[in-house]
Amino acid sequence: MSQWLTLVARNVLRHRLRTSLTLVGLIVAILAFGVLQTVVKTWYAGVDGAVPSRLLTRNAISFALPLPKSYQKRISAVEGVRRVTHLSWFGGVYKDSKNFFPQFAIDAATYLDMFPEILVPDEVRHAFLRERRGAIVGRKLAKRYGFKPGDVIQLRGTIFPGNWEFLICGVFDGRDPKTDTSQLFFRWDYLNETLRLRSKAQADQVGVFAVDVASLDSVADVSQAIDEIFRNSLAETLTETERAFQIGFVKQTEAILISIRVVSFVVIFIILAVMANTMAMTARERLREYATLKAIGFSPGYVARLILAESVLIASIGGAIGIGLTPPVAAHLAELSATLFPTLIVSVNTVMLQALAAVVVGILAAALPMRRAARVSIVNGLRALG
Amino acid sequence: MTVVHISEARTGEDVLIALSDVSKSYRRGAQIVPVLAKLTFDIRRKEFLALMGPSGSGKSTMLNLIAGIDSPDKGSIRVGGEDITLLPEAELADWRAANVGFIFQFYNLMPVLTALENVELPLTLTSLGRRERRDRAQLALSLVGLSDRVKHLPSELSGGQQQRVAIARAIVTDPTVLVADEPTGDLDRQSAKEVLEIMQRLNRDMGKTIVMVTHDHRAAAHAKRIMSLEKGDLSYLVEQRLE
Repeated sequence: MSQWLTLVARNVLRHRLRTSLTLVGLIVAILAFGVLQTVVKTWYAGVDGAVPSRLLTRNAISFALPLPKSYQKRISAVEGVRRVTHLSWFGGVYKDSKNFFPQFAIDAATYLDMFPEILVPDEVRHAFLRERRGAIVGRKLAKRYGFKPGDVIQLRGTIFPGNWEFLICGVFDGRDPKTDTSQLFFRWDYLNETLRLRSKAQADQVGVFAVDVASLDSVADVSQAIDEIFRNSLAETLTETERAFQIGFVKQTEAILISIRVVSFVVIFIILAVMANTMAMTARERLREYATLKAIGFSPGYVARLILAESVLIASIGGAIGIGLTPPVAAHLAELSATLFPTLIVSVNTVMLQALAAVVVGILAAALPMRRAARVSIVNGLRALG
Repeated sequence: MTVVHISEARTGEDVLIALSDVSKSYRRGAQIVPVLAKLTFDIRRKEFLALMGPSGSGKSTMLNLIAGIDSPDKGSIRVGGEDITLLPEAELADWRAANVGFIFQFYNLMPVLTALENVELPLTLTSLGRRERRDRAQLALSLVGLSDRVKHLPSELSGGQQQRVAIARAIVTDPTVLVADEPTGDLDRQSAKEVLEIMQRLNRDMGKTIVMVTHDHRAAAHAKRIMSLEKGDLSYLVEQRLE
């Protein structure tokens, strides 16, 4: 190891408590930054995972308002449409209102075909299609509440009145880690038949139609054609790509996302201030050493590089540990958050951002001490107290 | 012992360091404080010169100017024929690395480096290979009697031993001149004596030119020549020849 590297490495270990505390701060900051960035990215996961050939048709006023089920046939007849299915938000409560997880009433036969990212074993699919009260649950949801095939669970309706019983037919997985497996799907025909008895006004309605378009080139035309059919009807439609739909959904929580993003950068700014203070203290204490080095012939640049390397080395070690801890902490957070975050997968982009943040903190924290140490006159530096 | 005026002592023969009309002042707030005014004198090769004078008389300033770590307001300082006041900062640093060995009052060793690494440090500025650097550093440490302390950190050494490491660091590059600013100021009597004897030996046996600033008459007595710089009469130096 060269003398310069020896000096850098030993200087890092010189004040072990100070270096350790700075490292802890850095680790926490880089970790927090990574987790918060991952939360934001996860929020947009639906947007990223949207299939371009899938359109979603909803009530033009709000997606909280339903559409008549009868629209399905007319949408299917539009040129360029290959398949149509539907889903309806149920919004039931499992035992306690804090047990939130998404529940959808679906047209079982068509929905699972149109959403191949939901992997349902054949025997589960058959059981689901056979059993009118049947439901399938995602792997994460099943794990969280201990649901297993054969269980009968009860949900209390909030949109649709009464208590609803479902028979768990099986568990589905996601095709990739981004697929939300914290959901429950049950059969719309069960919902509809029960509503005819309990709440006739809510019967024969669905939340959203999902439309599979034959060709990507005709997505815009099909979208326009569907909305044209229902213009001036009692329930006008708004058809948009799955991506646009997801963006619209996410936009409702944009203020929260912006806040999270801002907080993630504030965390970095705070650690930058802490690190800059550490480096300033360090450089001030060593001013006489730097002056000695300059006196015996070392250049101001050599001295500046000593400080820079020490700062970047500390930041890099803290950054590396913080980055290493991010995936397990994010996974644990996803577990703790129940079904709020179906998955919290740390992306390569996030890791790169974390690494960049660590290095930038290291460089900026060293900037002023470097300048001071390089510029201080030898005579004044030699007078400084060690 | 003879006492002569510097103007009488200036001979020009075998001069290593020549100060001509050197002036230096410092700014203290809005006030300008003159320290040296039109100072002219020479230091001969292989000389061991002690610079004495009361605090604030400008002796450390003069040492700093000779060592090239400070620059005069006016005048020239020639060392080995080269006017160092004309050198730009980067070249001056190279010049110091090649020509000046520093011995400080508080040793100024790198606390994270061992005695051997401290002595080796100035050699990293040369083109020497690692092996040769180590050998030279070992030799320098043996010259100051610290062959058995090479792996010790400064904090594991006494003040006298640290100062000896500093001397080894100062001589390892075989510089033209050694400058020592109160080298015994932080040492007990016995350690001071040992350090001064080493400096004397370096001057006598190896022909090293040494310029030492000191308050201590006992320390100054180890030099070949003593010059007193009196505040208020900056152009007037008194020389005591001890040889």
